[in-house]
Amino acid sequence: MIGAMAIENRKSKIENLPGLFFGTLTGIASLIIVGMVLIVLGNIVVHGWGRVNLEFLTHAPELGMTEGGIFPAIFGTFSLVVLMTLAVVPMGVATALYMHEYAPKHSRLVALVRLAIQNLAGVPAIVFGLFGLGFFIEFIGRGVDLGLFGGQLNYGRPAILWAALTMALLTLPTVVVASEEALRAIPQSYREAAYAMGATRWQVIRRVVLPQAVGGILTGAILAVSRGAGEVAPVMFTGAAYYLPNLPKRLNEQFMELGYHVYVMTTQAPNVEETKPILYSTVLVLLMLTFALNFTAIMIRARIRRKLREGR
Amino acid sequence: MRAGGVLSAPQEVVPALQSAVSPLAHKSSGAASDRIASYLIKTCACLAIVSLVLIFIFIGKEALPVFTSAEIRQEASLGELFLPGAKPPAFAWQPVSGPPRYSLLPLLAGTLKATLIAVLVAIPLAIAAALFTSEFAPSWAREFIKPVIELLAGIPSVVVGFFCLMVLAGWLQGAFGWTFRLNALTAGLGLSLAVIPIVYTMAEDAFNAVPRTYREGSLAMGATRWQTAWRIVLPASSAGLLAACVLGFGRAIGETMIVLMASGNAAILSLSPTDSIRTFSATIAAELGEVVVGSSHYHVLFFIGAFLFVLTFMTNLAGHWCIGRLQRKLQGGT
Repeated sequence: MIGAMAIENRKSKIENLPGLFFGTLTGIASLIIVGMVLIVLGNIVVHGWGRVNLEFLTHAPELGMTEGGIFPAIFGTFSLVVLMTLAVVPMGVATALYMHEYAPKHSRLVALVRLAIQNLAGVPAIVFGLFGLGFFIEFIGRGVDLGLFGGQLNYGRPAILWAALTMALLTLPTVVVASEEALRAIPQSYREAAYAMGATRWQVIRRVVLPQAVGGILTGAILAVSRGAGEVAPVMFTGAAYYLPNLPKRLNEQFMELGYHVYVMTTQAPNVEETKPILYSTVLVLLMLTFALNFTAIMIRARIRRKLREGR
Repeated sequence: MRAGGVLSAPQEVVPALQSAVSPLAHKSSGAASDRIASYLIKTCACLAIVSLVLIFIFIGKEALPVFTSAEIRQEASLGELFLPGAKPPAFAWQPVSGPPRYSLLPLLAGTLKATLIAVLVAIPLAIAAALFTSEFAPSWAREFIKPVIELLAGIPSVVVGFFCLMVLAGWLQGAFGWTFRLNALTAGLGLSLAVIPIVYTMAEDAFNAVPRTYREGSLAMGATRWQTAWRIVLPASSAGLLAACVLGFGRAIGETMIVLMASGNAAILSLSPTDSIRTFSATIAAELGEVVVGSSHYHVLFFIGAFLFVLTFMTNLAGHWCIGRLQRKLQGGT
């Protein structure tokens, strides 16, 4: 590289002119993107900062959402992502384990699973919402009501359980990809050593592979939570509510969600100017939540990648 | 993997060995749990395929009455969906008016307008930025730009929608004096924020997949860095760039919250980018909540959903096919 650069430096400046021009042009494109991000974030931080305090985070909305806080929305979002994590992490980790540890090389099934994961990642969020309504609520929920409650409406309606399951499907690819990367980072010699001692495949996975992969699995789970906390379209029809006086206590109740709260307040508030300060602060809380999660995940992932490079 | 792996790193093996040896004390239960675990894990792996198939079946099932049910075809036949109606306006999406009208063409026009604007803004910016970070940027700039774009990828779309509606729309209208505050351009610009991270990431991956030897060879022949980037790196990674564009398009067409909040949601059939628009995804989001389950309106909304699903499914397949081609091409080249 150094030699090549020396040659480049010796070239006449005129020959380098197009290079300089296009290099600057691509630099400007990068600058535009960075600028857009900073403008969006800056605007929200500047307008939202003033109201974010403990009271705002721990109180319910009052006076038609022009006063008070956002506690029910935070609580709902939190419950949603906990339920979602319970569903998606075991499923995602098992899928990654199958693809990386169990399946024979060049297996048709693995190719098919990979294809399904890639396509699942590209399905629009709103389509997941439709699916949640058509499958979880109308099919499974109605089925449960007919079978167990004699047709009484218990589960065949929007509920936090269905929203969480819908969200789990949406975030499955995130968890699978991160877990697979973690599995790839474990040196093959670990597995070989354990097998050489006579351990079965499951013993190798439980005692050697999984403990080593915890970081990567955690990354996937955190990224999934961050995605799940911010998505609105899948929960609009599957469980999120406009406003609820009480916190949800059971799985078949509706809940308030931060993102949906933002959407509702932005588009359906009778007087936008009055709700604006609270709205900005809600958006800021949502942003800080997702960024904190993303940041943690990125830090863990960077550590794993470093380990991967050193292992090679 | 490598055959010499065990021998080359003896120290690493020790902790792994210790933890692996202990369970062998009760070996008889090991075989049974091994079998159970392997069945469970295989079943879970199949769930991804099953859920994709279920999505297809359950959205298709609710969309099907548009073709089969005589009752629904009276109100929303394929002719009504795609051909001009009997009464003016010829193409109207008015699902809750007296006799409901279900023409999909204004929605299609709106979706295409927003998607095209988003893609035209996002793709050049994102690919140029990816080229900059992988070929020209000093390392401090790279260390700054990449996290910022990861940050952008982490912004929930409802926040982008909020920004477009509350801030950007006002700025743009003030600057250009548009009749409609919320229009295709505002929505398209907002959408481009959602498309940029995906195109950037894919393009950067494609550039990084080009072997270093290609660049070194070109530089050694006396080419400048720009000539290397333009004549060597770009052509070598073209399949990956195509994948980036295709997947970016797929993302733009299905994105919901941004267009729902920033497009004005008026189903107008026109070519002007400064008219308000209503897109497919926003139509589902706005109307599904109030629709009667089983009505023709309900089935038409699922029909739109099925259309979005099939479309994004195909863009995904095409995109990943391109990536596979890139990998094969570059692996063959080294």
